[in-house]
Amino acid sequence: MTQFFQSLGMTYEWAWFVATIAGILLIALPLMLAVAMIIYVDRKIWAAMALRRGPNVVGPFGLLQSFADGLKVFLQETIIPAAANKGIFLIAPIITFTVALMAWAVIPFNAGAVLADINVGLLYILAISSLGVYGVVMSGWASNSKYPFFSAMRAAAQMISYEVSIGFILICVVLWAGTFNLNGIIEAQRGHGLGLVNGFAFNLLLFPMWVVFLISSLAETARAPFDLTEAESELVAGYQTEYSSMSFALFWLGEYANVLLMCALNAILFFGGWLPPLDWEPLYLIPGWIWFFAKIFLFFFIFSWVKATVPRFRYDQLMRLGWKVFLPLSLVFVVLVSGWLMFTRYGVPA
Amino acid sequence: MTVAQLIKSFTLWEFIQAHWLTLKYFFKPKATINYPYEKNPLSPRFRGEHALRRYPNGEERCIACKLCEAICPAQAITIEAEPREDGSRRTTRYDIDMTKCIYCGFCQEACPVDAIVEGPNLDYSTETREELLYDKAKLLANGDKWERAIAANLEADAPYR
Repeated sequence: MTQFFQSLGMTYEWAWFVATIAGILLIALPLMLAVAMIIYVDRKIWAAMALRRGPNVVGPFGLLQSFADGLKVFLQETIIPAAANKGIFLIAPIITFTVALMAWAVIPFNAGAVLADINVGLLYILAISSLGVYGVVMSGWASNSKYPFFSAMRAAAQMISYEVSIGFILICVVLWAGTFNLNGIIEAQRGHGLGLVNGFAFNLLLFPMWVVFLISSLAETARAPFDLTEAESELVAGYQTEYSSMSFALFWLGEYANVLLMCALNAILFFGGWLPPLDWEPLYLIPGWIWFFAKIFLFFFIFSWVKATVPRFRYDQLMRLGWKVFLPLSLVFVVLVSGWLMFTRYGVPA
Repeated sequence: MTVAQLIKSFTLWEFIQAHWLTLKYFFKPKATINYPYEKNPLSPRFRGEHALRRYPNGEERCIACKLCEAICPAQAITIEAEPREDGSRRTTRYDIDMTKCIYCGFCQEACPVDAIVEGPNLDYSTETREELLYDKAKLLANGDKWERAIAANLEADAPYR
């Protein structure tokens, strides 16, 4: 894109600057639209599994429901509790939302279609997704109210627990792909299963890691059954309890942007991102971003499906699953994967 | 934990079963009705919004016997009456406080001339409380509006009375 702006007669620096801004807008604006639509899709799927119809009044098939909700929220008053720490209280949702958008900078939408093609893309995502919890913790503390505070404590512990096993899963993937660059990881999956299927999930050693990653990403985004941070039966609405209007909407948007990010990561790391499902020539005629979005949507369907099916975990069960099942399991698989690669790729050390 | 249990829990067997069940429900026809556009069938005995009926010639049925006022357990009905110019006994005031009414249907049972009835209308919520204090004009208007449905319901229920 930089070349295009240079051809308009800009210097290289200005062209790079304008191209980056354009790239950010090109990702962020459709992402917000996608988040609005995905909330609608989520409600529809959830409703259908409960034998309900879901939103169907606003616009054709209720497609405009999220925009109506958004408009309603825009027009409401932002209520700041008297005892709240005002500055942090207002900054917290902004942090959640911004961080949720930031991670998309390294997500490749097609071959080469990525805003920042950096070599440590996966590390960047790991760092950013850890930052996400700060918005929750700050909002819980700044609300100066007991339920948000409990929720923030839970969120912090939950994120840390599941990030550990996610880290080890990513190590397995990186070992196999031999790179931290997300485009490189996708390329490494070409024809991975029997030279025909694209994706690390079709590898017997990595398939269990994908299952663990899927469950961990549910926990990481605090989706049901791991939505203990906003468990309405015990914590009202968790860290969102004291929030209203736009600040509440920002949490909501950030949450769903994170969910989409995790779906995208599932697609990129284990199902070949923008590659078609089969390494077969005619399938490459369909542009990569369509495959990528189809995969994201498939994973989002799984996320909604789980939400509609599984009841919420108890807190000790959540901790047990994270530390006593996933952590040992992913550690074992790091050893297995690295051992296997050592034998097959580099030969037995003397 | 036995080995069988361990295998069951690590293959997520019960989760897969549960998800298969919800997937089947996902494709089932939906149980919800589109409420304002679709409505559930109602029994002819349904006790909804009140109405004061008229005879086919337009004369109001109520003869101000005050049986409904007497039987009303919630004391929601207030009636005042005096002879009309032609000498017939009629109400000058017939109020029902719909916020007090418990929809027991006793007024309808007590009425000797089928004047006060509870019609099939069930969605008449209002934005203010005052709108729910019905007077005689409102009740007569309801009767005019719902007469066909009310008459059909009374006829359908008549063999069982």
